[in-house]
Formats: sequence, C-alpha cells, structure tokens
Amino acid sequence: MTGLRYVYAVCRPLGAPLQAQLTGVAGAPVKQLPHHGLIAVVSEVPAGDFAEEPLRAHLEDLDWLAATARAHHGVIDALTMVTTPMPLRLATVFRDDSAVRCMIQSWEDHIRSTLERLQGRVEWGVKVYLSAEPAHAAAAAAPAPKPASGRDYLRQRRQQTRAHEDLWQQAEAFASRLHDKLSALAEESRLHAPQSAALSGAAGPNVLNAAYLVPRARSEEFVEVVDRMRDDAAGPRVELTGPWAAYSFVGDLPGEEA
Amino acid sequence: MTTPSRLPEPYGPSSGASLADILERVLDKGLVIAGDIRINLLDIELLTIKLRLVIASVDKAKEMGIDWWESDPALSSRARRDELTRENAELRERLARLEELEQGTLDQGTTRGGRTSPKEGP
Repeated sequence: MTGLRYVYAVCRPLGAPLQAQLTGVAGAPVKQLPHHGLIAVVSEVPAGDFAEEPLRAHLEDLDWLAATARAHHGVIDALTMVTTPMPLRLATVFRDDSAVRCMIQSWEDHIRSTLERLQGRVEWGVKVYLSAEPAHAAAAAAPAPKPASGRDYLRQRRQQTRAHEDLWQQAEAFASRLHDKLSALAEESRLHAPQSAALSGAAGPNVLNAAYLVPRARSEEFVEVVDRMRDDAAGPRVELTGPWAAYSFVGDLPGEEA
Repeated sequence: MTTPSRLPEPYGPSSGASLADILERVLDKGLVIAGDIRINLLDIELLTIKLRLVIASVDKAKEMGIDWWESDPALSSRARRDELTRENAELRERLARLEELEQGTLDQGTTRGGRTSPKEGP
C-alpha cells in the first residue's frame, strides 16, 4: 500500500460516466468509490507528496499549489457537468479506501442533506470593480491648466479628490443595488472578502465579491440580469464567473471547527 | 475580462476562471472534513501571505495577459519584459499626446496656457 486517497467531492451515484481520461492532482486517474449509496470521488496520490510533512512543504510552493488547485477544480468542474457534487476543501487526504468509507459513514446524514439542498443548483460569482480608468482619464483629459497660483492648485486638488470619492460612492451604490437584485433571484448568497483590495488596486479596487446559489433552470435569467445591470453601470466594471460547483454554499460540518 | 459560458449547460472546462477565483474557492470554501493527513490550510502562515500576494496581483497580471505565477512566482523575466513593454507603450502614448497638445498650443499662436485642446478621448 503505497498511495494515499485524495478525495475531491462526495456526490450521489452518477447518472453518466465520468470522462474516461479525467485526471486529478498529480495526474492520477480519478475513480469513484461507492459507499452507502453515495460516491466519493478519489484518486491515488503518492505518500511522498501528500503525507503531512511533504504536503506542508508543497503548500508553500506556489507553483505546486496552483497546479494542484487547478487539478482539484478540474475534477469538480467535470463532476458538475454530470451531477451536483459536494466539493471538499483542497488536500483532503485519507490513508486508504476504508478510511474514506469510514468518513462517508460518519457524516452520511449531513452529506445527504447538503446534497439535497444543493441539488440542481450552481454557483455564480459576481465581482464589481471600481474602474481605474475614469480617475486617470479625468486627470489626463483635463491636463490641469497650469495652476496660476497656490490657491488654484489647492482647488484642483480638492476637485480631484472629490471626483475620486464620487466614483467610490457611485460604485458602492451600484454594487449594493446589484447585490440586492441578484440576491432576490438567487436562493442564497455569500459576500466574500474583496480580492486584492489591500495590496494591489491594480485593476481597480474590488468593491463587491459575491457568490450566488442559483438553480440551473434559472441561471439563464440570472446571467441576463447581470448583463443588463452591467450595461447600466456607467463606470464600475462587472465581472461574472461561473457556473461553479456550489463551493461557497456547502457550509460546515455540525460541531466541527470552521 | 472573463467570458463566462452563457448557459448553465454545457459547462466549459472552468472557462474564464482565474487562478485567484479558483484558489479562493478550493482553499477557502468547500467542505472541511478532517482527513488522515491533518493540515489546517489556514495555519500555514507563509502560504496565506503568499496567497494574498498572488490574489492581489492576479487581476493585474491577467489584464496584461501574462501568467507569471504559473512559471515563476518570484516574477519571471518574461513578466518583467512584459511590464517594460507595457510601460514603454504607455510612455510613447503619453509623449504623442503631449506633442499633439504642444502642436495645438503653437498653432493657436500666443495664447499659451489657454484651453486649446478639444478633449481627446483615450
């Protein structure tokens, strides 16, 4: 017994087979491990990489982490094509098949109720960015008639600051309108921490980073509403991603640390 | 700009999902079940610091159409070249704009400092 078992997700028995060539982390083939009418989606991973010590070291390596994250997500994505999976967090690793079965057994009720709640739903991600351009454009388009005096200079500075604050308020107001509207369409929503706010400001600060749980059948309508609101938004940039497996909506195990 | 699949089906293979979006989900969301290999991802300080850095820069990098974090997290030379190219292009553009402005001012004869330029869109 050399390999460990990496578990991607738990789901109900699949109505359709997985893509035959589907590979998971470390390029290993992905298998279904049935137990008690549920399926754990697993692949064998080398203990040399996924035992506690090497795993800890690997996680500090961004290239390794990025590749593993993409592979993990790739499997979840493939599952989402054929079923509604309950995704597990990256690097959930067990000793062997029987340890995986044991896990299913101990959390069976919770897994079933979660799958029931998520059944037929997908997650859409919506982000709003304060577009960096208007601020620059404003500064560039009015190539500041050279301030004739110190007072002029101060007035110009005040105007620039005010323009910037206006943009923020405008973007936040828009984001909250958008969120209200989308929350009404979705069954559940989650507000995530804005990406990149503290450190970059690169592509414009991230004002809203939200996830919405939407039935597949209503996804088309959801996307249309986002598109319409996007067109209305003069300034803030709206980014839609998805459909994702319902990562943000699986919740916590009862009694487990979050 | 991501191009989300318009319809819930068929799913594209994670079309348009950025690394930041993926990391955010697989590391921070998803059900936490204690496996036999016990590692609390949030305990790894270096990881989270680096991660925040990556997530912070991903959007910018994506905008520039580069994937430096995949080849070399410590900013590959390709990334630096791209940055230089971009900066170069920006500077050229600014120079051109300034020259046009200057030309406009000269054409107007002596009215220096007057508002000469009909606002030029980017």
